[in-house]
Amino acid sequence: MAPGIFHKLFGGSSRQGADDDVVSGQKVIRRSTGFNEFIKAISREHGLKILDLGSTSAANITFMTGLGHGFHQGDLLRQASDKSLMVPNGDGIPTLDIERFLRESTNFAREDFDAVMFWDVADFLPDCLVAPVIERIHYAMKPGGIMLAFFHTKDDGPNAPFYRYNIVAKDTLELQPVRGVRLQRVYQNRQVENLFRDYASIKFFLGRDNIREMLVLR
Amino acid sequence: MWKRKEDEYGTSVEPSTSGSPSAAVPTAPQRPAETPRNEPMRSAEVATIGKSVVVKGELSGSEDLMVDGEVEGSITMRGQTLTVGPNGRVRANVEARNVVLYGRLDGDIHASDRVDLRKSASLAGNISTARISIEDGAFFKGGIDIQKAEPGSKSEARAPVAASAHVPAAMSAEGALLEPKKV
Repeated sequence: MAPGIFHKLFGGSSRQGADDDVVSGQKVIRRSTGFNEFIKAISREHGLKILDLGSTSAANITFMTGLGHGFHQGDLLRQASDKSLMVPNGDGIPTLDIERFLRESTNFAREDFDAVMFWDVADFLPDCLVAPVIERIHYAMKPGGIMLAFFHTKDDGPNAPFYRYNIVAKDTLELQPVRGVRLQRVYQNRQVENLFRDYASIKFFLGRDNIREMLVLR
Repeated sequence: MWKRKEDEYGTSVEPSTSGSPSAAVPTAPQRPAETPRNEPMRSAEVATIGKSVVVKGELSGSEDLMVDGEVEGSITMRGQTLTVGPNGRVRANVEARNVVLYGRLDGDIHASDRVDLRKSASLAGNISTARISIEDGAFFKGGIDIQKAEPGSKSEARAPVAASAHVPAAMSAEGALLEPKKV
């Protein structure tokens, strides 16, 4: 059934674009050392609370609940792209309402999560949100908790696709391109360390595809 | 791809002229042939809240309900199916047997059997259910609690359903449809 037919039948969906977000047929299977280490860390216990801040993925929910963990979904980029967050500043220029975004999208309880999958969301978030979001994650993670984050090492600009990361196995991810999200910047190592300066430790894994994988301990 | 066996998914949406939930719900205009995804019609009664209808308060009933308008309050349809159409806007905690979401729902869902988030769906709230399927493109913010199905319930007897048209090839049908872990 063509997506358009469905919308015609119902007079149009209020949230347009969902069909168009996903680019099909360009999925990439990727082995990930960082993810493997992340899974090892969270497999030692059952009943952990996992926060996924990437795009909603049924595969990730399946995998994590299959390990016996609780699962919480965030999807920060989708929330950051909400047009209603743009409000005119004093000069009448539309500006992202940071306070509202943080209040509505990162309203996590203090020290609530044992592990966070941040993926490469930081590279695609607007500048003004990156540091506050990482601060909020710190607030939401339990001491000793672990976070998986990816950072691009090469600026491919608009050619750098944003992916939905689907967990395939404990060391394998499926990367599914999502249209309409653009790489905002490339952080250098020192900048990344500064972003996570409040955390206990950072461990880097350099991939072959210009992705720097990181495990961050709270 | 879109067809389903009639008895594996008892949540078909059929605009109906008869019946309504216990709350006073205005009758919505009929929209023949507007069944999402060409799902097969079912003989069961389905009440419909049309897209121009706004309801505030408690909705409860013993028949399936299709919401394509706005509802604010609470919805309790134990043993029944609630479908939120693509125009539907629900701000309510929901309790039902099955919940199928095409539109937007802000609130918690407690489904004794199954939750389906279609690709146009937007859900901000927690889910407690025995089974869930999520299509690529659906937005979800909240926690998931996968409950064990009640012994002898229909959901245990049925085979898992491959729900998503966009399910990656690497995922099995079970990958798209979550069920309690068999211990």
